[in-house]
Amino acid sequence: MAEKTIQLRVMRYRPERSDDPFYQVYTIPYRDDMVVLDALNYIKDHVDPTLTYRWSCRMGICGSCGANIEGTPKLTCSVFLRDLRRQPVTIEPLANFPILKDLIVDIEDFMDKLLRVKPYIIREKEKPLERGEYRQTQEEVDMFRQQSLCINCMLCYSACPVYGHDDRFLGPAASALAYRYLQDSRDEGGDARIAAIASTHGIWQCTFVGECSVVCPKDVDPAGAIQQLKAMAATKLMKSMLLPLASR
Amino acid sequence: MDRLAYDIVIVGGGAAGLRAAIAAAEAHKSLRIVVVSKVYPMRSHTVSAEGGTAAVLRDYDSYDMHAFDTVKGSDFLADQDAVEFFVRRAPLEVIQMDHWGCPWSREPDGRVAVRAFGGMSVKRTVFAADKVGFHMLHTLFQTTLKYESIERLDEWFVTSLFTEGGKIVGVAALDLRSGTIQAIGAKAVILCTGGAGRIYEFTTNGWIKTGDGMALAYRAGVPLKDMEFQQFHPTCLPGTGILITEAARGEGGYLVNKDGERFLKRYVPEKMELGPRDILSRAIMTEIKEGRGIEGPYGPQVHLDLRHLGEDVIERKLPMVRELVREYVGLDPIKEPIPVRPGQHYIMGGIHTDLHGFTGLPGLYAAGEAACVSINGANRLGSNSLSECLVFGAEAGRSAAEYARSLPSTTILNPVTALAKADESRIFDGLLKREGGESLAAVRSEMQHTMEIHFGIYRSAAGLEKGLSGIRAARKRFERVGVRDKDPFFNTELTSTLELDFMLELAEVVAMAALNRKESRGAHSRTDFPKRDDANFLYHSMAIRTGEGPRLESRAVTITKWQPAARVY
Repeated sequence: MAEKTIQLRVMRYRPERSDDPFYQVYTIPYRDDMVVLDALNYIKDHVDPTLTYRWSCRMGICGSCGANIEGTPKLTCSVFLRDLRRQPVTIEPLANFPILKDLIVDIEDFMDKLLRVKPYIIREKEKPLERGEYRQTQEEVDMFRQQSLCINCMLCYSACPVYGHDDRFLGPAASALAYRYLQDSRDEGGDARIAAIASTHGIWQCTFVGECSVVCPKDVDPAGAIQQLKAMAATKLMKSMLLPLASR
Repeated sequence: MDRLAYDIVIVGGGAAGLRAAIAAAEAHKSLRIVVVSKVYPMRSHTVSAEGGTAAVLRDYDSYDMHAFDTVKGSDFLADQDAVEFFVRRAPLEVIQMDHWGCPWSREPDGRVAVRAFGGMSVKRTVFAADKVGFHMLHTLFQTTLKYESIERLDEWFVTSLFTEGGKIVGVAALDLRSGTIQAIGAKAVILCTGGAGRIYEFTTNGWIKTGDGMALAYRAGVPLKDMEFQQFHPTCLPGTGILITEAARGEGGYLVNKDGERFLKRYVPEKMELGPRDILSRAIMTEIKEGRGIEGPYGPQVHLDLRHLGEDVIERKLPMVRELVREYVGLDPIKEPIPVRPGQHYIMGGIHTDLHGFTGLPGLYAAGEAACVSINGANRLGSNSLSECLVFGAEAGRSAAEYARSLPSTTILNPVTALAKADESRIFDGLLKREGGESLAAVRSEMQHTMEIHFGIYRSAAGLEKGLSGIRAARKRFERVGVRDKDPFFNTELTSTLELDFMLELAEVVAMAALNRKESRGAHSRTDFPKRDDANFLYHSMAIRTGEGPRLESRAVTITKWQPAARVY
């Protein structure tokens, strides 16, 4: 029996050679157990070692290997070729980011935004380690567990039309992480963090399209988190207007 | 070439590297610290650790119990002073992670929860569902963002370590985004680059686990210790090598053969599924060899059965197991058993260090899987490695900080710039321009296949000899590997070539050390020497680089309280 094959149409971008991206079609052997990343690795190992992309864990947790597959942002390690009906399969770098080379995009903008939401526990006073952990019930953990599952894969930014239009927007993952820390009973950094996100290009810019939550491979639901953040920020604003002198 | 200078350069941004960075930053505010990593830190392979991190936190537990479990698990090759140091420090490190926001799973009273783990005599493995490495890595990474003195060079690949006058003076690194070699002056360097599972064909390790730091230290003259000891995890998904956590057994899962029999009763009747990894992996291989394996699309396997745990326990405590098995096998572990087989998972050996992460070369430190202190000896217990990253990462960070502070501010830049120029020429004029007939992927496959066949769970002189010549042949072929992507900018073919160069060097060390150890101990099982031989081999293997390959020396094992005894479970 002849070996089955599949065609991949991969967007290439080689800034040292040309300013223009182009598409290259590769025809490679196909097996039912192959994911898109396996196909890219087959190309790199056996057809074209110049094809450039990021990957590491190939189990959907390191967040390196995002790309647009048939126009939808996905982890390439999590999409089976057998589930892709149309050929050739088009693979492009994640949208809304500057492309560095082939499928590799520049995510420095997210790294800056992550820093802005202060994604760490802030406390007025630290409890000495010798006195043990901060007690938390499982229910308290569950208040932020979902948002703590973000793998920073950037699929949500790639899917977000607001970010695509204006990259000053704080965006889904960074907002979700802000929410994650605000909801953590160990944290006391609420005011500083809300001040950082409730700005013109912060959460208010979100128009609740919800695509971020649709494409999220870890069900983090950034769109839901942003709505919650808006409510928290509005409450804080109301309180500050109504009770200027009272404790907030 | 830019000239960068720091007090402390940390190579690798996984749990050990990030913990080291924070410890150094807290030791002295004035220190300039940089984490140099070939990937963004949150991509580091710590992210894939699943089951938990061990620490004595309960009244029913004690330091001596944790230490003895670890020493017995190590088949008495661990240094007992290191193990005692480790178990005493692990609890506060786990609490520290809580204070930094790690979403630990909880007991009803709000304390961090503990679960059972292989080779641990009581429940002492702290967890955050079954995404422990992921949560620890992101917690540590996000916490580093608090510290202004911690800088990062993301997607920089360190190519060489530099010494002058017997001291570390810096590193050279390939900045992927500019496609240039940069000189980085440093008073101290901490290597936290993880293991080298990618020297094998079938491994749970990610693509980035290529042993870079081990090879860098070895080339700088530091011995590699106990490299023959490779851990094969009993439960990996056939085909992909994806890890199914030991927590699945800690929570009560069964291993069964084709007759549906819990076969471990013939091997570790007292511990059953909670036996140590080396023994369980051998038991699976024996079942398969004796015809009780289950034929699968990737060869014989056994089953990990979680069905009796029920949906609630699986969803709450093992959500990632369910996610991975559904996605990559197309089965739901609530309804069907999971096909598994052993695969390379961890290297007990690594860069020789003392209790403080010091390698013996002034200014050079190491921690985490890259290092060998040694607390793991011939077989690591599951959930000790994340704690090891915390305890010894922090210790290496503090030691490096103290050392860096003790040095005067000097013009360490000049030698580094000149040395990095030489590296630039080696890589850009040598490797990148090389037009060889050999394919990088073919040579890598040959190395991985050779390691898989000859340096696996069972070993023998004939196979090891054959394997060693195979590795040497692959090294010869490597000299003719050409790089086809000639653009310096973000050249992952070039970094893969550098990685293969590192891995081939390490594979040779593993091979020589395995040949030299004519006994069976822990994860090193020689069919021609089936017994442990304390009279002749109760020592660490120390591999020192020479022009003709590794020279092997031995180093005594430190015994404090526990004399070597038969290892029965």
